[in-house]
Amino acid sequence: MRKRILASFFGAVSLFCAWLILAEIVRLPIIPSPLLVVEKISEIFCGTIAVHGMYSLGRIIAGLLLAVGVGLPVGVLMGWSRRADRLLAPLVYLTYPVPKIALLPIVMLLFGLGDGSKTIMLFLILVFQVVIAVRDSIRAIPEEVFYPLASLGAGFRVILCEVLLPASLPKFMTAIRVAMATAISVLFFTETFGTQYGMGYFIMDAWLRVNYLEMYSGIVVLSAMGLFLFGVLDCAERYFCRWQGRE
Amino acid sequence: MICVSNLSAYYDTAKGRSMALKGLNLEVPKGGICALIGPSGCGKSTLLRILAGIASNYEGEVSIEGAPVNPKSLSIGFIPQNYGLLPWKTVRDNIRLSWKVKHPETPVPDGEEKMLARLGIGEEFLARFPRELSGGQQQRASLARAFLLQPDVLLMDEPFSALDAITREEMQEVFFELWRAQAVTAVIVTHDIEEALYLGQTIVVLSSSPGRVSMVMENPHFARREASGDFAAQKARLRGWLTGKGAEA
Repeated sequence: MRKRILASFFGAVSLFCAWLILAEIVRLPIIPSPLLVVEKISEIFCGTIAVHGMYSLGRIIAGLLLAVGVGLPVGVLMGWSRRADRLLAPLVYLTYPVPKIALLPIVMLLFGLGDGSKTIMLFLILVFQVVIAVRDSIRAIPEEVFYPLASLGAGFRVILCEVLLPASLPKFMTAIRVAMATAISVLFFTETFGTQYGMGYFIMDAWLRVNYLEMYSGIVVLSAMGLFLFGVLDCAERYFCRWQGRE
Repeated sequence: MICVSNLSAYYDTAKGRSMALKGLNLEVPKGGICALIGPSGCGKSTLLRILAGIASNYEGEVSIEGAPVNPKSLSIGFIPQNYGLLPWKTVRDNIRLSWKVKHPETPVPDGEEKMLARLGIGEEFLARFPRELSGGQQQRASLARAFLLQPDVLLMDEPFSALDAITREEMQEVFFELWRAQAVTAVIVTHDIEEALYLGQTIVVLSSSPGRVSMVMENPHFARREASGDFAAQKARLRGWLTGKGAEA
């Protein structure tokens, strides 16, 4: 763990130095010095960026909760019941490859320009990954794993809690992590419409005002938010899936 | 008491229905141990799954303690070949799982610590996950889980087959100690003749597919490790039945 933290720290310092060198060489307003950006962040974080950041984070969490709330039961149902899988699999496979960003105009028409459409976009990106990961994990559980519980006359609720959910957790966490990167990109895009709050709005607004320092501040904070979310997911996976072990 | 009468079992394959067991009769008295031995694919594990109430694709009568098999009303301890420990649960949670499922409202019985000590499961093992244990330790945990339940019937599918010779003998002794303390009716599936002679009060030899009882033997060598002439003769006799030369042996 300490090695990982050291490696991350070393990576961040290297990136910072590379940026600093590039800024010194180019000497253009479009690539400001990172020192000036850090100064700007400390200046406007509490009053401005934090508010936009909270809006974005709130949308991500809402989309994630909605995706888990819908995706987890559907995935369990498809993994557990062959009949449910036969009914739902064609629907999932037909809609899964559609680039979700292409659905943005429809989602905006249906759910308006506000938070609803943004949350729905995040939901659409995350939900398919959750459904497929959970379904595949449950179908991969060897039959023998159920025997000791079945011989005890355990009902579905016990099997769900003791076997299905823990067995699907590692793939579920991976799916969320993979989809999260796309979700943040799409969130950025959706926040450039119909809102005055969110990191997407803040960055684009700063760009239009030709305030490059603020724009870079937004980019740095958005990246930090992504890093934070990955860190949280990583920690959660390390704790809840520690039974798997790591080399 | 376990009573199996005229049991036939099927399983579905790509080519259609295939028969695993045919016209099988078996009786295990209360508190007795029956060792089931037979060639691969003779339906030993299928029989065990039927006794455990897991498989329902059979015809004939199967009863435990005078009633049809019902895992909800009976306490059935089932130890599969790979010990059946859930990899995401610690040893302690795995051991307590059966009791928790069967008696969700009742606290774990007082004898738990004594039994864990008897099985040699120390405090340091209880917090570990199954992948961190050796085969012998996993077997100890699965025996602890089965015996903590104080089951009506104990079913074991080749429980000691993956262990090295020394650990196997040690685990067989531990099993006997626990079995004596609880006097539970047990059925043990094995492919090892010596194990059957050591563990089975009654030895039932099954013929190859579809499985039928080809011989039932009351075992005079039960719970005795010996290398007498008679032991060797019984071993040869069982081997003869297993290889289909039962009449000559």
